[in-house]
Amino acid sequence: MSMNILLCGVGGQGIVLASRVIAAAAMNRGERVLSAETIGMAQKGGSVFSHVRIGEDAMSPMISLGEADLILGFEPAETVRMLPYLREGGKVVVCEDPVMPASASLLGEEYTGAGMVERIKSVTGEVISVKGRDRCADLGSAKVLNLVMLGEAVRSGGLGFTMDEVRDAVKERVKPEFLQLNLRALESEENI
Amino acid sequence: MSRKFLMGNEAMGMGALAAGVNCVSGYPGTPSSEVLETVAAGNPGDIHVEWSVNEKAGLEVAAGAAMSGGRALVTMKQVGLNVASDPLMSLAYVGIKGGMVVLVADDPGPISSQTEQDTRTFAMYSKLPCFDPSTVQEAYEMMIEAFSLSEKYSTPVIMRPTTRVCHGYSTVDIADREEYAVHRPDGFVRDPGWVIFPPLAYRAHDMIEPRNEKIGDEFSSGNRNCVVLPDGDRAETGIVSGGISWTYVREAVECDETIKAASPALMKISTPFPFPEKAAVDFLKRVDRVLCVEELDPFIERQLLQICGKYGLGTVIEGKLTHMVRHAGENTRDSVRNDIRRFLGAEEVSRREISLTTEGVPSRPPVLCAGCPHRAAFYSVKVAMKGQKTVFCGDIGCYTLGNAQPLDMVDTCLCMGAGVNQAQGIYHMEPDRKCFAFVGDSTFFASAVTGVMNSVYNGGNMTLVVLDNSTTAMTGHQPHPGTGRTMMGETGHRIDLVKVLEGIGLDAVETADPLNLTEAVETVRRVSDIRGTKAIIFKSPCIARSRNEDRLHVTEDRCKGCRRCVDELGCPALGFTEGKAYIDGSSCNGCGLCSQVCPFGAFASEKEGSL
Repeated sequence: MSMNILLCGVGGQGIVLASRVIAAAAMNRGERVLSAETIGMAQKGGSVFSHVRIGEDAMSPMISLGEADLILGFEPAETVRMLPYLREGGKVVVCEDPVMPASASLLGEEYTGAGMVERIKSVTGEVISVKGRDRCADLGSAKVLNLVMLGEAVRSGGLGFTMDEVRDAVKERVKPEFLQLNLRALESEENI
Repeated sequence: MSRKFLMGNEAMGMGALAAGVNCVSGYPGTPSSEVLETVAAGNPGDIHVEWSVNEKAGLEVAAGAAMSGGRALVTMKQVGLNVASDPLMSLAYVGIKGGMVVLVADDPGPISSQTEQDTRTFAMYSKLPCFDPSTVQEAYEMMIEAFSLSEKYSTPVIMRPTTRVCHGYSTVDIADREEYAVHRPDGFVRDPGWVIFPPLAYRAHDMIEPRNEKIGDEFSSGNRNCVVLPDGDRAETGIVSGGISWTYVREAVECDETIKAASPALMKISTPFPFPEKAAVDFLKRVDRVLCVEELDPFIERQLLQICGKYGLGTVIEGKLTHMVRHAGENTRDSVRNDIRRFLGAEEVSRREISLTTEGVPSRPPVLCAGCPHRAAFYSVKVAMKGQKTVFCGDIGCYTLGNAQPLDMVDTCLCMGAGVNQAQGIYHMEPDRKCFAFVGDSTFFASAVTGVMNSVYNGGNMTLVVLDNSTTAMTGHQPHPGTGRTMMGETGHRIDLVKVLEGIGLDAVETADPLNLTEAVETVRRVSDIRGTKAIIFKSPCIARSRNEDRLHVTEDRCKGCRRCVDELGCPALGFTEGKAYIDGSSCNGCGLCSQVCPFGAFASEKEGSL
């Protein structure tokens, strides 16, 4: 059976790099990988996703409804939007900080991260909520949310890769000047 | 051979390199742009790679290269083929010498396009062979095969991937550089056959039709179009598909027990034109009912219906034309699964309970970036023209997003370069309306410059607003004639937009900084009052290319909660909570437009303090 991981969030959050790191970790294991993601107009602050499928039996790059083993959500409302893709018993690792759509501010449709996380919990018990904004602030960069989320996905056990495997993949995929910061983000942990 | 993880477009670029391509041209367009960029990145130095001014120019450059015996590739998106259709239709008659592949990426959905046109239908219309890959690996291999077929029959060949193949990633096996074919152009040879005249067109047409029958036979016996038959080589039901939908069909048959139990016969069409007729006849004779699963046009479906008529076959053909499957939109694995279940008379499956949890989640349409100079340009025109009878013709690019609330500054959008001419047409019907046309710098060079000439020549009265951000932002920041950079790395000649406009002889040409709101508004008022064809060039670099290190924040005690910033600008960095505006520091790019809109001076710069 293939392993199906769905990453989602808002254009500009670094989802593509996170997806590439997962693919590299799988390739290093000798696995076959298929992937697909949003490119084009929607990238301009719109909803974005990346599907990653690992294993010999996958034929298309797209995950079907009810098939995702893990949803790695960089934004709580975007994560709720993708819930129909989660398989029964699948895990959700979600950043609880909302990125408000410009149209929501305009129309007064604002929501809270906590409200969205509650909706996720109504669907599955396997939810890990991450204080992404605080973690990034501690690390001194708003650009490392993707590595913080990857680290949590590893620790959740839902990603199917060890920290060592992901660390090696990060080293392959991240530019040398940003590597140390990204590795620190990957291995940082939530203050409880 | 090496195993790599590549995007479909990268794989096709690598395929062109492996085929020994000599000349690659194209115009950017989602989902096709990365093919040419991959060739440029892997260029050993002896391949001519260019972003052409538009698709027509690109196709003609490729035709010249192929007439000189070079292997040529031209890339574009489906609507780009409309621009390039004039040379392509004639080139199909004239033919080429070196291999020539016309890569046209289709966009079911559509996700980033104006139309859901189908290049397979265009291939049939232009009588050119067409490949339709269903996986990244196949896209790579077909690229090499397309060059061979093109040379074998001295005809351009169309490669037609769709979004999920172009932008899908996969583990693929590709040739190493040492294994690449080396192809040296033998040069242009004078021949009357290169000059299209009516008698030549007649003779070529007379030759093309039987040639295409021959290619159809070759496709029938080749291994790209495959058939999967259940035991006994006969089936009550069958499914014919192609492109990415073929993988959806295969997975539905594997994963859905009801479909699996029906064990339908399967046929894959990888070469939709010339249609592999003999193979299809053989398949149809073994099956009672067939469902066609494809995106865009019911192309396969029409071909099968035609074959049933021609050969008197009684096989029932179901699909879009029988309302079994919807016409519009992209297929998904779930839609295909349900299409097949419906065809088999089984109940459709849904995830209705979980879908309920997603209700009321606000939509997140794409928006102009925080700090985008286009927002400021649109806003200044809006302020300057408040209360006047106006029309704002838009065009194709990031700035099409100026249509969204609250800017609401795009009244029309048709195709590349159309806005400037539409504005003239509206003026001729309503001379008292102030007509504006907004166009980006890349689009200006691609196809709006002819419209400006048309307006000057034919007495148009309109204001052209060039949103000059010095790049082709929407498709990934490709250089264009105004940037002075080319895909060969050298500094090319920079074409000066202002000089072009002055040379055409407009009644006024002015340049302004859109991020200086007062100056921008005054410029719009002054220029739009001049009679005739005039232009304002709003010059400010794309925020994604030249980030401003400054950030703004709201001084809370100064914010009176009037919401003017939020309600007027629609900037994604601006929000409103508990009666006050706020700025999301991680999104703000420090353009300062909000500080120029706020009546209370509530925005402060991190660098300069209160504004």
